Amino acid sequence: MKYAYYPGCSLECSSAAYDVSVRAVAEALQLEFLEVDDWNCCGATEYFTQDELTACAVIARNLALVDPQLDQLVAPCAACFLNLKKTDQLMAENREIGANIHAALAAGGLSYRPGRVRVRHLLDVIYTDIGEAAVRRHVVRPLNGLRVAPFYGCQVVRPILGEDDTEYPMKMDELFTWLGAEVIDYPVKAHCCGGHMTQISESQAFELIRRLLQSAVEYEADMILCTCPMCQLNLDAYQSRVNGLFHTDFKLPIVFFTQMLGVAFGIELQKLGFGKEIVAATPVIEARLAEQTSDMQMTKSQ
Amino acid sequence: MIQVAANQHASSFLREVMAATPGGQRIVHCLQCGSCGGSCPNGADMQHTPRTLFALINADQREQVLSSNTMWCCVSCYFCTTRCPQKIPITEVMYALKRLAIRSGLAKHTDAPALARTFTDLLDKYGRSFEFGLASRFYLFHKPLAMLKMGPLGWSMFTRGRMALTPTRIKNIEQLQAIIRKARELGGAS
Repeated sequence: MKYAYYPGCSLECSSAAYDVSVRAVAEALQLEFLEVDDWNCCGATEYFTQDELTACAVIARNLALVDPQLDQLVAPCAACFLNLKKTDQLMAENREIGANIHAALAAGGLSYRPGRVRVRHLLDVIYTDIGEAAVRRHVVRPLNGLRVAPFYGCQVVRPILGEDDTEYPMKMDELFTWLGAEVIDYPVKAHCCGGHMTQISESQAFELIRRLLQSAVEYEADMILCTCPMCQLNLDAYQSRVNGLFHTDFKLPIVFFTQMLGVAFGIELQKLGFGKEIVAATPVIEARLAEQTSDMQMTKSQ
Repeated sequence: MIQVAANQHASSFLREVMAATPGGQRIVHCLQCGSCGGSCPNGADMQHTPRTLFALINADQREQVLSSNTMWCCVSCYFCTTRCPQKIPITEVMYALKRLAIRSGLAKHTDAPALARTFTDLLDKYGRSFEFGLASRFYLFHKPLAMLKMGPLGWSMFTRGRMALTPTRIKNIEQLQAIIRKARELGGAS
C-alpha cells in the first residue's frame, strides 16, 4: 500500500524517535510512505491565532504538493493531521475562503482540488488498513505483562473527523490488546496535554499535565503511549518541572505508540529511537520482557 | 427562519464575529446550556465562560469580550465543539476572537500573541518551524526571567539530540512566500 507521507517539523528533530519508529514499523508492515517533496510547516495552532486565510494557504501548499499518483496522505502528528484535514474540508465547504486559498496557491503556481487527497492519521491507517489479523501476524515479541496507558490527546479524535469516538476513543486500546499488552482503562485518555500553553501559562499547563500523569499512575501504568509529538514533549520533558511544582514524584516513561509497536514486531530498541526520551523507557521494557522470557522458560520446564 | 430573524437584529459585534468565524452563523443558536464551560479544561480560569461570552457578544459588548482572558485560556482541545448540542464551532470562535483581539490591540493577560508572531515569522522565513529559534527569541524578548528555568530542560533536550541549533529552510521558499504574500493581501492581515 502506497501513501504520501507528511512527517511535520517535530518529527525532524524534537520527536525524531517518532519518525524513525514510524518508518521502521511501516517497513515491517510493508506500508510504502513517500515523503511529500519540499513540504512546509503546518503552522500548528499559531497561524490560526494570527491569520486564518494565510494559515490555510500555508497548509494547502502541502496538499497541492502531494504526488498526483497518490490519493492518501498520512500524518503522524496530531496537529499536522488536524490542520491538513481541516483545510481540505474548509476549501470544500466554504466558498469564500476556498476561492481565496485557490488564489493564494495560484500565486505560487500551484493548485489543489478539495477532496483529492484523503488525509489520514497514522493510527487509523494501522488500525483500519492493516487490521487485526495482519498486525497479530507480525508480533514476535508480545508485550505480555506490560501495562500501557494509551493517550490520544485532542486533535486526533476531535473535532469530529470520523476517525474514532470523540469522548472514548478505542483504536489504540484495541491495537495494543492485539500486541498482548495490558491496556489500562483510565478516564483521561482523550484529555488535553496543554499544547503550547507550557510556553504561555505554566500554572495552567502544568496542572493539565499533572492530571494526566496522576491518573495513569493511579491505574498503575508502566508507560504512556502517545500519538502526538506535543503530548509526548509536554508529558516527558516537563515531568520534572511538574514534580517540582506539585511536590510529586512521577517517573513515568512517555513513548510514541509506534516505538512499542516496533518492540512487539521484534525490531531492536536502538532502531526505534529509544534513549531520546527524558524519562528512560528501556528499563521497564527490558524488565517486563525479561519477566516474560523467564515465565516462558518456567512454563517450558514444567 | 430563526437564523434570518436573528441576523436582522444582530448586534454589529455579533456580525463581526460571525464573519470572522467559519461556520460562525451558528453562534445565534446558543441555548446558554453551559456545556462548553463545563467541558473546558481551563474553564475555571476564565473571566467569562464561553456561554457568557456569547451573551456578551449578543449584547454588543465588544471591548469587554475582546479584552477578556477567555480565548487565551483556550488550548484548542475541541471538547466544547464536539459537546455543543447546537453545533457551534466554539474552538473556531475562540480563534476568531483571538485574531480580533490582536488586531484591535485588546489582547491582554497573555504572551500568546507574541509566541504566535515569533512562530509565524520563523515559518515565513524558513518554511519550517525552528524550535530553538522560537524558544530563544520568545523568552529573550518576552520572558527573560523564565529563561533560567528553561535552561535545564533545553540542555536535556539538546543532549538527547532533540534540539537543532540551526534552522532548516525548504527548497522553494520563494514559492511559499509568494503564497503567503497573496493570502495576506486577500485577507487584509498584517
